[in-house]
Formats: sequence, C-alpha cells, structure tokens
Amino acid sequence: MSSVEFRKDLFADERDDNLQEIGKPTRRQDILGHVTGRSPYYDDHLFDGLLHMRCVRSPHHHARIRSIDTSQAERMPGVVRVVLARDVPNNLNTLLSLINFGKDEEKLIQDTKVAYAGEPVAAIIAETEGQAREACAAVRVDYEVLPHVLDPEASLKPDAPVVNEVYPNNTFDYHDLYDHQKLRFGDVEKGFSEADHIVEGEYQMSPIEQAPIETCGAIAAPETNDRFVCYTSTQALFFSLGTTAKLLNMPSSRLHFVGGTVGGGFGGKVDSIVEPLSVLGAVLTGRPVKFMWDRAEEMQVGAPRGAERWRIKDGVARDGRILARTFTGFFDAGAYTRLSSYAIIKCTGHIPGPYSIPNVASNVYCVFTNRTPATAMRGFGITGVDFAIECHVDKVAETVGLNPIELRILNAYRDGDMKPHRRLAKNTALIECCQVASQKSGWAISADAARQSSLTGGGGTRAVIPESITDSVGRIGERRRADVPTEPGAGAPSRGRVAAGTQGIPIVAAAPQDEDMITDPARMGFRHAPAVSQPPRTAPSVPVPPVAAASAAPPSAAPPAGQQSAPPPQPVAPQPSAPQPAAPQAPTAASDPAPAPYKPEQPFSRGVKRPGVSRFLSGSRRR
Amino acid sequence: MTKKPVQFQLNGSPVAVFADEGQNLLDLLRRGVGDLSPKYGCGQGTCGSCTVIIDGEPRLSCLTLAETAEGQHVETTNGLSNGPDLHALQEAFMENFAAQCGYCTPGMLMAAKALLDRTPRPSREEIVEAISGNICRCTGYEPIIDAILAASGQPTRRTG
Repeated sequence: MSSVEFRKDLFADERDDNLQEIGKPTRRQDILGHVTGRSPYYDDHLFDGLLHMRCVRSPHHHARIRSIDTSQAERMPGVVRVVLARDVPNNLNTLLSLINFGKDEEKLIQDTKVAYAGEPVAAIIAETEGQAREACAAVRVDYEVLPHVLDPEASLKPDAPVVNEVYPNNTFDYHDLYDHQKLRFGDVEKGFSEADHIVEGEYQMSPIEQAPIETCGAIAAPETNDRFVCYTSTQALFFSLGTTAKLLNMPSSRLHFVGGTVGGGFGGKVDSIVEPLSVLGAVLTGRPVKFMWDRAEEMQVGAPRGAERWRIKDGVARDGRILARTFTGFFDAGAYTRLSSYAIIKCTGHIPGPYSIPNVASNVYCVFTNRTPATAMRGFGITGVDFAIECHVDKVAETVGLNPIELRILNAYRDGDMKPHRRLAKNTALIECCQVASQKSGWAISADAARQSSLTGGGGTRAVIPESITDSVGRIGERRRADVPTEPGAGAPSRGRVAAGTQGIPIVAAAPQDEDMITDPARMGFRHAPAVSQPPRTAPSVPVPPVAAASAAPPSAAPPAGQQSAPPPQPVAPQPSAPQPAAPQAPTAASDPAPAPYKPEQPFSRGVKRPGVSRFLSGSRRR
Repeated sequence: MTKKPVQFQLNGSPVAVFADEGQNLLDLLRRGVGDLSPKYGCGQGTCGSCTVIIDGEPRLSCLTLAETAEGQHVETTNGLSNGPDLHALQEAFMENFAAQCGYCTPGMLMAAKALLDRTPRPSREEIVEAISGNICRCTGYEPIIDAILAASGQPTRRTG
C-alpha cells in the first residue's frame, strides 16, 4: 500500500477525494478558538510567580568583548538572576547540527566576540518586565569595536574581517569540500559561443522581516516530575526541543514542549532561540520564566529572509531559445548559518527555473556578514532566484524582440526533461500557466504557442544528462580568502571534460525509493528514467556532446512545434570495442531495469540506528 | 511599588483589581483580570491586536493607562458571544475564512463591533476605514471585509 493510499484509508472519514475547494471559503478546524479569543497562544498560559527575562544586546556590528560588569544590575530591584555565557552548559550550536549539517558556531549568549548588532551578551531575569529592562540598561559591557562588513561580496575580499571564526573564509563550507554550491550541466562556454545574443543582468533583494503579529517567545516552568514544561511560539517544536536539549546538555525526556498555536510565523519562528533561554531561566531560578521579544527585538534580531544578489548571463539564439545560462549568487547569511546553508542547496536544485536549458552552470555562495543571521521565510532559497530569473527572462525577451509569454513557452520545461540537478521533470505546467495568464490578461500569444502542452515534446534527447564541464574553483584548501573570480568557469585552474556527474562518479538518475515515487509511465511516456548517465556515444576525446553533433541544434532546444509524444529512449547498447567513459560503471547498471526499492533491514518501529541522526533527536538519551 | 484600585465594567460585569503604577490596560486585562482575548503585538499602538471597546469607542489597550478605565465600560472579544451563542460577527468570521493564525482576530472583531454598533449597515469604505488600524499579517483583509459585510447582512464579493 503506497503512502498515498494509506493516507486515504486512514482519513477516509474526514473528507472525500473530490477536493473541489478552490474559490470558496472553508471553515477552519481552529476557527472557533480564534473568534472567541480562546486559542491558546504561548503567552496565554498564566503562572503564579512568573519571572521575566530580557537580553542585554550588542550595540555594535562587530566587537570583541573585553569585560561584562553586572554588579550594578544584580543589585537592582526585582532582579532574580543574571545569566551569562558561563551559565549555558553547552554554549555552542548550529541549528542544523540536529541533522549533522554544518559545524557548531553560534553561542546562545556571547562572551568573547559579537558578530552582529543585537547579539545577546547577557540576560536578566526579574520580577517584572520593566525591572528586567532597567537592569539590562545597568549592565556595563566593555567592547573593543572591530571593523565590520555588511556586503556579501565585500565579505569575500581577502582583507575583509573574519565574521565567524569557525568559517574563516566568510563562506559556509559544503561538506568540507567546496566553499560554494556548484551546479554544472553541459558546457556553458559552448552554448555562449553558439548564441546570437549574450544577455547579462544583476538582481538584488533586501532582507525581509517576517513580522508576525505575535512576537517570538516562550514560557518555561518546572514541573513536579523533574521535568520542565515549555510553552512556545515555535514553528518547529521538535527542532526547538532537540536544540534546547543540546544547549542545556539535558536529556530531551526532561523537556515537555507545548506548541502548535502560532500567532503567525512565516519562517521566522524556526530558529529555536527563545526556548533554550527560557528553559535555562527556569532551571536557574526554579520558577516560571517568560522570555518574550518585544516588537523592536522582533524587527532587529528576528532572523529575516536573507539578502541575495544574483548575476545571470544567458546565451540566446535569434529565435529566442536559451542555449546557456550561468548564475553567480551571493546569499547574505548574516553572522551565523542558521538555515542559510540549506537555502542555497534549495536554490541550486531550483536553477535554472522552470526552463529546459541545455547548458547551465552556477556558483552560489553562502556568505557571512556582520548582519542579523538570516533564516527561513516562505520559500526561502527560491523566491530571490525566481525573482531574478523572471526579471531576466523579460530582459531576454526584450533583447530578441519576442513576446515574453511566448518566450517562456518556447523555453519551458516539459514532462520528462532532465533538470540540471539530474532529476527528471514531472507534473510540469509552466506552458499551461502561461496560456491561462495570456487569456486572463488579454495578452495575445501566437496560435502555435497556444497549442503547446507540457505533456508532449519533452523527454527523448531532452532527458539525457549531457557531458558536463567541471572545475575545482573554490575547493576547500585551495581557496583560502584569495581574491578569485566567483563566476562559473572563470579562472578555473584546471578544466577537463569528465563524464556526467560530480567528482567522476556517475549519477543514478532518480532511483525510485518507494512505490509512489515511481514514474507513471502513462504520464512520462516511458517506464523509467535512464537509470544512469548515458555513456557518451562518441569517443570522449571529441569535444562536442554526441547529440549536438548529430544535429545543429542543441539537444533540449529542439523546436517543440509538431513534436508528438517522444518515443521511449532506447538504451544504447555499449559496444565492447567503443571507448568507455571515464567512469565505466554504465553497462551493468544500464542493463539492470531498475534498482531495488530501499527497504530497511528491520522495521523502524524496532529502533533502527540511522547514521547521521543526532542523539538529541532520537530516544537514545532517555534514561 | 504602589498599587492603585481600579473598578470598571468588563463585558457587563463589575471588576475590581489593583493596577501597578504605569500599568497599561492590556496588561491589566491579561494578567490582572485574566481576560486573555486582547493580544500583545507591538506595544506601540501600531498593530491593533490589543483593540478593546471603551464606552463604545475602539481603543488600543496597550496605550491606555489602566487607571483611566475607572468607572468605564470595557468590552473584549471574550464577552462577544452570549454563552454558546456566537455574535453575528463571529459567525461571519468563521464562514468567510476571515482568520488564519487568529492572532489579530480579537482586535479585528472589536474594531468591527465598534463600527457595527454605530453604523449597522456600513459601506465597504467605512469598513476599510474602521479596520485600518488593525494589521493582519497573514493577508486576510478581503475575507475580513467580506465577513463584516456578511455580519451586517450585506452581500459580499462571493455572494454579491
């Protein structure tokens, strides 16, 4: 039973499959609580003897902390406890360490160096919020102000100050291998040389604050069973629980987290900053402690959607086909990683947008600057690059003098096309969206464009992973804060033609892991994705991809008009005498119809040891 | 810290509490009285989620000194329904998908009720004006306007 069928079976009594819901309001499950004012947001839990916590925050973008003097604050009326970095049991974390991604780099409370304005250096717990505020103002911190950097490209210069000592290049290091995310598909230089126009553009997006009406906060209190309850505004309850357990060096079984009623989140409530501090306050005082950001904090230190800068270069044929596209992207992560490393992986998987372009390359950098750390916000990683792509497509249309909707239909991806991240496109609908948009807006398109369909014209030669040019620019160990070009292909120390994939390892295209992930043959036109990168059908020394050699047009730029559903690509039986590609794994895999679906050796219910999963998330720390 | 007794009518019932010096009405209602329906959003009078009705006028409780409620009639969303019987505005908000996260809803309801108490059949422009001090960040203004139209027995975008 596939998971979809299982879901239908389990929730059969809740709704039928006839989801004709668009265009009419639906009564929400939680609406009664909302209209009666009884929905239990975290701040709606009352406790006797509630204490209030506030943070002392850095006024500087970048400064070394010489000393922190809290003696005056401790004597202020109502002050119960001053919390410093030394009170945090395990004061170093990175959010995604719970899935073993990235190095611990951010302190809950800073004691050596602040890297953004608003970074907490101490916290005060007092009887009232006003007393906590007054005591915060009485804490004396001696800063040695350091030079700061606020622009991601300035941050990549060799003389830029180091924002975050864990990453001395000011870039997030991916898998200790590269200082950026690299995407290589085909040969962009060849695409540019065949193009009639080169269209370049630079696009930039400012940070955006999520600005939920309910500010971030949490209330923690000791329970009677040696546990701590935490009511929180979090959007990621188990992430917050795991992060709190790690920072406080406490088994997660001692934490009782209650959430789920969120007064607006939009991504800004996943960073798990308020929960560890409020639980720490409850641990240190033995009393209920509320840590709630006020509006000014929400706007200043609430992690926003990060700033992005994009440079796009397109090689375009006279008829509007985009033959090659390169991206250089800079994500401003702020002072610490939070979720920016992941945003870059998302956007690299998204490149080059919903278009089939035969040659694509991108370098995307996750750059540290002395700005507020950035995090999730509604489609983060995708929104900025999509904005840049669509602006750029309009620019391309203007350059070649084509209707921008027709240009999009001409270059749109179709079901069965290979995307540059080596997954086949399915359920594509850009063409249909463009057709509806032209109707609704009264923006006429040609009869030919109106006849196109995402269901036909894809696949075939467009499903092939081309030979791809790679380079080793940005390899960790080589690029140590050197002023090297960041564009894909520029300044490459070594260039070579290697088989498809990265690091010479052939990529298995979209191996189905579960029944309902298997491609629907009726929709895709063939039973399985080409299981491996196709071996080059000509000798690898010939510097032209085989498909391009057969016809003058690049593979995926074949005119869609008149094409019917593409026939299934026949796997080319490798000739024993033909030269093999660099990684000769293809013959066995190509004759194998499909890899066996992954099945765990024993059911998960019996506690499978999953490598790479944090002990703070699993039950292994339960005593 | 000096405390001052304050007596007022809350949703038709008499209330007597001690207010701290400088305490705002929002805090007094939530912590002192235990009426949690007005919400803290900004504390600066910009978001409207703390809106209550004082003597028939919509007021921002975060900017209202608690002592000034002395002898006045305060209405909150908590008192909008009559037991299990919901107010027409509440029904309309439910049916027109006029809330997502729900955090701005109590303030919106109070702003809308103050309008309908004065103007039983407001125009669309009057509704927009009446809720212009209330921010909804889940972007639900059109359904909210529809809900207020529906509550006053007028056609909405959907029904009209």
